[in-house]
Amino acid sequence: MTSLTLVRRIRARPGIVFQAMTSPEGIAHWWGPDAGPVLLAETDVRVGGRFRVRFRKLDGTEHESTGEYLEIVESKRLVMSWQWTAGGAAEEAGEVSRIEIDLKATDSGTEITFTHARLRNAASKASHGRGWAGALDKLVRHFSSNKEVET
Amino acid sequence: MVNNRERELDRIFAALVDGTRRAILARLEREDGCSVSELAKPFAIKLPAVMKHLDVLSDAGLVSRSKEGRIVTVRLRPEPMREAADWLRRYERFWSGSLDRLAVYAEGKEAEARKKRR
Repeated sequence: MTSLTLVRRIRARPGIVFQAMTSPEGIAHWWGPDAGPVLLAETDVRVGGRFRVRFRKLDGTEHESTGEYLEIVESKRLVMSWQWTAGGAAEEAGEVSRIEIDLKATDSGTEITFTHARLRNAASKASHGRGWAGALDKLVRHFSSNKEVET
Repeated sequence: MVNNRERELDRIFAALVDGTRRAILARLEREDGCSVSELAKPFAIKLPAVMKHLDVLSDAGLVSRSKEGRIVTVRLRPEPMREAADWLRRYERFWSGSLDRLAVYAEGKEAEARKKRR
């Protein structure tokens, strides 16, 4: 288990969104958690082809992720494996997770469903996505306000 | 150290896969410090099965048990849960930030494409 799902609506047609997700030029504009720069983006968009993206965060640390394209349906669906090759948290070394992206045409553009799955391979069966994360958050908030918890 | 932490996270997430165990945690969130028999009441499973679930939660460090006479009291432990949530939230921040910028970029490209067509 342990997957994370995000849904977004983008005012651009699926073909444009797909291009932005898969071309090195597009990736250079958005990949990474903050406004830090993408230093390198390589993609070989075919099943079995690989991508490699290196970026620098605003805190100065550099990270690199790589993976293999597993499923490609032009403008509709993209599945790829995901692995940190540099700068990921140490406990994730060597772990391969999976990214699934579905694009749906809407009146105003595209609805994108983005899932990062198998984040913990050991427990990858039942995925609860954001609902589960939300429940966790709730518990965590409860804990931070509860001083009587036994330690 | 690293391996310990990894094993710890694996145990936490494995413990949380199960619906009964999540229900036990949710119950303890509402009323911390339940006895084992109180905890077992809402479930259609026998006491030994509940004990097994509590073993898993306890191994993951998510609950603690203390015994007074014949009564075992179960309490939540906050730290491992916080750690698991932090770990997951890092990914959420990563992709949430990425998708925000992807939207801005793609919407710019869409506007360009429309201008060209006119």
